[in-house]
Amino acid sequence: MNRVEGRDKVTGRARYAYEYPAEDVAYAYAVQSPIAHGRIRSIDASEALATPGVLAVLSSADPPALGSRDDAELALFQTHEVAYHGQIVAAVVATTSETAREAAQYAVRIEYDAEPHHVRLRTDHCGLYRPDKVNPAFPTDTEQGDVAAGLARAAVTIDATYTTPTEHNNPMEPHASMAVWEENGDLTLFDSIQGASDDRDTIASVLGLPPERVRVISPHVGGGFGSKGTTRPNAILAALAARAVGRPVKIALTRQQMFDVTGYRTPTIQRVRLGADAAGRLTAITHDVVEQSSTIKEFAEQTATPTRVMYAAPARRTTHRLVRLHVPTPAWMRAPGEAPGMWALESAMDELAIAAGIDPIELRVLNEPAVEPESGLPFSSRNLVACLREGARRFGWANRDPEPGIRLEGRWLTGTGVAASTYPARRRPSRASAAVEDGDFVIRIAAADIGTGARTVLTGIAAQTLGSPAERVRVEIGDSALPRASLAGGSMGTASWGSAVVRACEALLKNGAEGTADTTEDVESDSGFARHAFGAQFAEVRVDIDTGEVRVPRLLGVFAAGRVLDEKLGRSQFIGGMTMGLGMALMEETVVDERSGAFLNHDLAQYHIATCADVRDIEAVWIEEEDPHLNPMGAKGIGEIGIVGTAAAIANAVYHATGRRIRDLPITPPKLLG
Amino acid sequence: MRPFSYSRATDARDALERFQPGTMYLGGGTNLVDLMRLGVARPDSLVDVTRLPYDTVEAAGDGLRIGAAVRNSDLAMHPVVRERYPMLARAVLSGASGQVRNMATVAGNLLQRTRCPYFQDISHPCNKRRPASGCPAIDGDHSGLAVFGHSEHCVATHPSDMAVALAALDARVHVTGPAGDRVVPMPGLHRLPDGEPERDTVLAAGELITAVELPPPPAGASHYRKVRERASFAFALVSVAAVLDVADGVVRDCRLALGGVAHAPWRAELAEAELRGAPATQEDFSRAAEAELSRARPLPRNAYKVPLARNLIVRTLQELVP
Amino acid sequence: MAEITLQVNGAQRSVSADTRTSLLDLLREHLDLTGTKKGCDHGQCGACTVLIDGRRANSCLALAVAWDGAEITTVEGLGDGAEPHPLQTAFMDFDAFQCGYCTPGQLCSAAGMLAEGGPSAVTADLTGDPPLTAEEIRERMNGNLCRCGAYVNIVAAIEDVSR
Repeated sequence: MNRVEGRDKVTGRARYAYEYPAEDVAYAYAVQSPIAHGRIRSIDASEALATPGVLAVLSSADPPALGSRDDAELALFQTHEVAYHGQIVAAVVATTSETAREAAQYAVRIEYDAEPHHVRLRTDHCGLYRPDKVNPAFPTDTEQGDVAAGLARAAVTIDATYTTPTEHNNPMEPHASMAVWEENGDLTLFDSIQGASDDRDTIASVLGLPPERVRVISPHVGGGFGSKGTTRPNAILAALAARAVGRPVKIALTRQQMFDVTGYRTPTIQRVRLGADAAGRLTAITHDVVEQSSTIKEFAEQTATPTRVMYAAPARRTTHRLVRLHVPTPAWMRAPGEAPGMWALESAMDELAIAAGIDPIELRVLNEPAVEPESGLPFSSRNLVACLREGARRFGWANRDPEPGIRLEGRWLTGTGVAASTYPARRRPSRASAAVEDGDFVIRIAAADIGTGARTVLTGIAAQTLGSPAERVRVEIGDSALPRASLAGGSMGTASWGSAVVRACEALLKNGAEGTADTTEDVESDSGFARHAFGAQFAEVRVDIDTGEVRVPRLLGVFAAGRVLDEKLGRSQFIGGMTMGLGMALMEETVVDERSGAFLNHDLAQYHIATCADVRDIEAVWIEEEDPHLNPMGAKGIGEIGIVGTAAAIANAVYHATGRRIRDLPITPPKLLG
Repeated sequence: MRPFSYSRATDARDALERFQPGTMYLGGGTNLVDLMRLGVARPDSLVDVTRLPYDTVEAAGDGLRIGAAVRNSDLAMHPVVRERYPMLARAVLSGASGQVRNMATVAGNLLQRTRCPYFQDISHPCNKRRPASGCPAIDGDHSGLAVFGHSEHCVATHPSDMAVALAALDARVHVTGPAGDRVVPMPGLHRLPDGEPERDTVLAAGELITAVELPPPPAGASHYRKVRERASFAFALVSVAAVLDVADGVVRDCRLALGGVAHAPWRAELAEAELRGAPATQEDFSRAAEAELSRARPLPRNAYKVPLARNLIVRTLQELVP
Repeated sequence: MAEITLQVNGAQRSVSADTRTSLLDLLREHLDLTGTKKGCDHGQCGACTVLIDGRRANSCLALAVAWDGAEITTVEGLGDGAEPHPLQTAFMDFDAFQCGYCTPGQLCSAAGMLAEGGPSAVTADLTGDPPLTAEEIRERMNGNLCRCGAYVNIVAAIEDVSR
């Protein structure tokens, strides 16, 4: 169905966090560190404070009182230490945004004592260590079987290292907040956030307030892809600034600032080794990952976890090693773990197929596991093979000549590639209420619609459960005053919130007036199965033989993700993920300047995401999948699986086109020319 | 942004009179406002020159006179430009976005500044932005920067597509200023950085571009081809503007200019000299490209620009052979 | 400070604002027309696209004072009163947006683009007026980034309206 808030979005009526009116509002602008490591020697804000219109300067010269300093990225102005280039070290609050920005950039004098910094991820870094767990709570390392023996008896082996660069989420809406302190000391915060309940709790904790004194409002969120999954410093800064000046305060990070303080995908260095017997059956898999975090907070991406799920093999090892660098803390970016991990694994599978002389689809089918390889649990449903077969049929794979570098059309070399996709299907506890008001059904849940279509899908779920036309159902989300809900992340939104909405509607049907639900117990009893969505992606590429330019005339994704609850919105989610995957494959890369430690290309002219012109024919379809072990809707999350496998499918197609195996993303003209 | 005063000039004399130290002329603003917001440009006053009577494209003898305030999109849409100077139209259309082209002026396009990442971020040193502060790009990320004509002080490139076509077309830039009127031939408006990278062009303080004059279009076929990291809306890795006139299999005349490779649009004079009178074959095109590229001095991270420019020159010329 | 008078969506609006104020901030902060979005503030994303005197432009790169006297159409003024513009309807029907943040810019840009005509960088023969194929639309909409990846549907929606 069409998005229920569609009319508001196309007419400009939908307000995002920064866009709420407030009386007497002031503006904050952050001052950032120009050094990557060291400490602040002195702060002189006198010139800023003497500037007409400037109301206050916040900094560690006068640390504001906080309730918790546990999260060093949020504990603003508490220390003179600098942990990375671009860290927020002060802020100016002024009556206009122009005045605040000018004073922040030119009238706050901060002297630093710089120390040497290290910002480049290397496999031989002396600081590499084994984190206790990887995001969110997976084992860091796993091993089963005899890997050395498996590799030794293999007829064919692949041993290759794949790398991914730093990548930034770059949602179109910059992270923004407006803080309003009420007369009674309560805080209302308009925030661009993927989950109002968790955001409220975090903000309350950092500020030292009971959660019920804080309300977070975020009905419309302009994308996030993980970067708005957790509270960001803009929210804390708005609250501190508003407290300091006794007026509402707005802050919107600039695009450049977003690169520094709203998270990013860690660069990865991944060594994958595969061994297979003469028939193509895997004898061993290893996936060893090196990645980074900041010096002030640990975030360990679960990059090798898909290798624990994908293929059958008698021996397997996965490891994650981390190094703490003078960089901002990495965080979630669409399909953390799976997106970079499957780029490596699915590139390696393609290399193995070629080395073994087996069609890459058949290789995957040959190694299809009966149960989840590492846990031994049965899959709640797994239809990877069906996706591969259906995709092959639709894409026209059957007569593909595997010989690389032989198809020349004009000055374009053409090729095709395939890769698998996977993403876990989980859910989290949520609450919801359902009521009849003025003859309509009103559903309340602190869910978030960051563009996924949550408001619309929940409307459909409620309507179906209630046996009501959708027009009679109104869903209220995006407010921490609503029943507590999990955040929009991990492709868990629909499964988590939908479960609660179904239960609340069922309760309403029982008593006729209202119903509430809390799915904590339901979710706790989710066990006994390995739950994952799967998919297969097919890419056709053209590579200009003179310039190395890569074009992608065709991308096809076939997914098996339980029941797709809304065809129109589901297709958009898959296609959107694949589009981001195309960017990951061909252009996305944040350049780290070693001298300064800065993210260099920190804007949308230099950090390239796909434009309209880069996206030709992208299609996504799905196979019907009945899975009774998931949730009342029978749905698996679909927000992230679309980006998983795209980069590998494109890289595999580039190999097929050119005979050049690029193992270092993104695949840019210089790499194909060199 | 530093607070500034704003005024609109009504004619060139008015504009010159309003110009003082700390003044900048404002055209479409697509680069100046961008740089002011970044803190790179900090004028005390802006003199808006978009209302000057330089907003028309007119015949000038057998050539064309393009007013300095003509918007980029109007230039590209002009029927005479499309008909007689298609390379120029394509170069303009290859730059930026529809929105930016609707705003940007011809003079502003010529005077836009480098997109070197260090230049655009005031937390870094940059000899162009702050003379004698150093050039971190030389030892840092210069992957998009110059391979020709750079100095130990600066490896920036000029980002314009339009200017590359104008350089190949022998355009003449009309300038007025405190010392009177003059004409600056293209290429020649833009300097190489040498020891003064803070100066992008040969213009003196207060000088104002009033028009760009195109001589009659050169004989032969022409093309503008731009290579970038995504399909559209990105600056050139390398671009080429080429005009080739072939008769009986022999090159009668050739114009070749490269973008994305130097502090100025790079007229490939060595290649042109090789080509004039030579057979129009791939072999000769390759030899000409090699002649030009023999003076390239690539840095470690932009060495790819040499084979890219070579391939692009050869390919584009081949496509122009009748 | 400067006195700035604009025709915004058909109504005359006069504002006293800092010379530094962009047209984008003037719309959002002074006129409460928050439909126009700020995605990058540097002309690199197109979320701020409005029509200035009928032509699409990045309002973040326009100093409001420099456009004193201009006619501005924002997403709020795109439709005809309560009736949405055909592009707005098509964007809803084709699901041409997800988060909706780039959408006002996409819509204003598409409206401006459909009125432009002429060739683009991908047009083979620059002297003609090429048909508005999907390829042409993709190139002409290059200045409007969409991170949700709705391009396929955006192009379909615009194609539908242009027919």
